[in-house]
Amino acid sequence: MDDLLELDDQLTPEHRMVRDSVAGFVTDRVLPHVGDWFEQGVFPARDLAPVLGSLGMLGMHLEGYGCAGLDAVSYGVACRELEAGDSGLRSFVSVQGSLAMFPIWKYGSEEQKREWLPRMASGEAIGCFGLTEPDHGSDPAGMRTTAKQDPSGDWMLNGAKMWITNGSIADVAVVWAQTDDGIRGFVVPTSTPGFSAPEIHRKMSLRASVTSSLYFDDVRLPASAVLPGVTGLKGPLSCLTEARFGILWGVVGAARACLEAAVDYARTRVQFGRPIGAFQLTQEKLAWMAVALGQAGLTALHLGRLKDAGTLKPRQVSFGKLANVRAALDIARQARTVLGANGVTLEYPVIRHMNNLESVLTYEGTQEVHLLTLGKALTDLDAFR
Amino acid sequence: MNIVVCVKQVPDTATERKLRSDDKTLDREAADGVVNELDEYAVEEALKLKEAHGGEVTVLTMGPGKATETIRKVLAMGADKAVHLSDDALHGSDALSTSYAMAQALKKIGFDLVVLGSESTDARTGVLAAMLAERLGVPQLTLANKVEVNGSAIAVQRLTDYGYDKVEASLPAVVSVVEKINEPRYPSFKGIMAAKKKPVETLGVADAEISADQVGLANAWSEVVDFAVAPPRAAGTVVKDEGDGGAKIAEFLASKKFV
Ligand SMILES: Cc1cc2nc3c(=O)[nH]c(=O)nc-3n(C[C@H](O)[C@H](O)[C@H](O)COP(=O)(O)OP(=O)(O)OC[C@H]3O[C@@H](n4cnc5c(N)ncnc54)[C@H](O)[C@@H]3O)c2cc1C
Repeated sequence: MDDLLELDDQLTPEHRMVRDSVAGFVTDRVLPHVGDWFEQGVFPARDLAPVLGSLGMLGMHLEGYGCAGLDAVSYGVACRELEAGDSGLRSFVSVQGSLAMFPIWKYGSEEQKREWLPRMASGEAIGCFGLTEPDHGSDPAGMRTTAKQDPSGDWMLNGAKMWITNGSIADVAVVWAQTDDGIRGFVVPTSTPGFSAPEIHRKMSLRASVTSSLYFDDVRLPASAVLPGVTGLKGPLSCLTEARFGILWGVVGAARACLEAAVDYARTRVQFGRPIGAFQLTQEKLAWMAVALGQAGLTALHLGRLKDAGTLKPRQVSFGKLANVRAALDIARQARTVLGANGVTLEYPVIRHMNNLESVLTYEGTQEVHLLTLGKALTDLDAFR
Repeated sequence: MNIVVCVKQVPDTATERKLRSDDKTLDREAADGVVNELDEYAVEEALKLKEAHGGEVTVLTMGPGKATETIRKVLAMGADKAVHLSDDALHGSDALSTSYAMAQALKKIGFDLVVLGSESTDARTGVLAAMLAERLGVPQLTLANKVEVNGSAIAVQRLTDYGYDKVEASLPAVVSVVEKINEPRYPSFKGIMAAKKKPVETLGVADAEISADQVGLANAWSEVVDFAVAPPRAAGTVVKDEGDGGAKIAEFLASKKFV
């Protein structure tokens, strides 16, 4: 399919090498199987993690401790190619790199970094990020999970988290909990007594991704388990800003895959004696989809350049997440109509992407939350509460 | 072991490839340049040999300035350094003069083993390995689908129509590989970052002691006399089986002189 804006010509040769490595991996190792994974509701994390690790995809944008230290545009391009495979795959990589490794890298002690980062970068250890709770999603400030320090200095963790990607397969959980000093992050080995993580089943979206509840029943942690570098909600929120940056690039990949499938199908499916792509209604759909895709790609590239320049603001990330997820979802839904009945089967990638994007719309700040963030940025009036 | 792997930048086979109307050479600007596919297998084999026996892998590329992108990719796969043989005087060199220029560069670099793909997807002459070996006065082990090095002895399985031949020689030697030999790795992100800092030496004809009167279009022994754009593929013939399908297919094949 023609890349109308020739956006990738803007990339450096390194960016293109990153793109080609990830795209090659996705073509060889993911696309032949991902329809089955989705149907069966599984993600073969233990098989894929070492391969992702050897390519350098886990914590790719972090420096040191076995991480590759890529720039932001490279990180974005990698997410785009991963999500052209499946949003579940990109979620795995986002959670590992931006939500589990990033807080340890940014706020952790030297000991925590040395213990976890090299093993997480190689894919030997899998991480998860526990912020959302059954009763606190968009409003995490009111979380009820608590960590209390006893006189010996040990922490006692109690409570529950929900909708946690990689939860049941993780070796380590970065858990955010209320303490006497406000919200703190904890590095919790999942083998600690009192920790359990049953998988959440019956999802109709992001099926090739493990989602779990986390339960903490008097989980005793040493004093050294707390992330020393941050207190308050800005800790988890800064991680989410990192991960959302990956999302606003990633969904461009999912949308591209949908448009490609639609263009292919429109050129070959014949009805009324002509390829359906020769009908003006179909062409209008494809043209709007291509425009939306190009605009999303431009937004991603612009924000990537701002991030590399060190000036990217959280509200700009909200802009990108809001605009690009919306665009991707619209493209996926349009593509689905072009494929007719084939649009609802896993023989084609479209319905899989479309259903996945419903989760992507909700996690890492719902569409509404990002609308309110932009509304506040424009009016200086807070409409959250 | 000092391994030199020869890598060519070729126009992407997925894009439309053209010859230039002015001098009838390949139009390298018209298409994206990529690593010649078979050379990726050569690189992989070179890296494996280095991993098993130690030493160093040097990339040798002859081509215009644009070929640096190809060199970076091979360095990102894990090669240690590169030599870029690049000079306007080399433009239009045929297989014979290319082998001369490459051999001169190889003599300058020094090697225990030269590895290359068995042919390039653009010119497809498939003769460079043999010519290089002759020019360098070392054994040629071509079309290898397995390579084993033991001290200064080298043995390959040479792919043939009936299976393979076992070919043995001693180093230094030239080996060309076929695609069955391995599964080339993707450049890892660390490899991509590291490649930026790896040394690339550029050699002109004078640096490599190449006489300019033996290379380039003017001195080529082979010449493109004329070329035409391939006609679009004609619609196929559909044979409908009405009891006589077999006979019709035989008739068709006979008409094309296939049987
Ligand atoms: C597949 C999947 C994976 C996930 N992975 C993780 C993970 O790894 N770690 C983690 O911590 N969380 C994870 N989440 C949780 C996700 O971040 C939350 O679902 C999300 O923050 C929304 O919270 P909620 O589901 O409780 O919805 P709620 O906050 O209850 O929202 C319900 C609806 O109300 C709207 N709403 C809420 N407040 C307002 C308001 N003030 N104004 C207007 N509308 C409002 C919302 O936008 C939404 O439409 C995951 C979720 C999914 C689906």
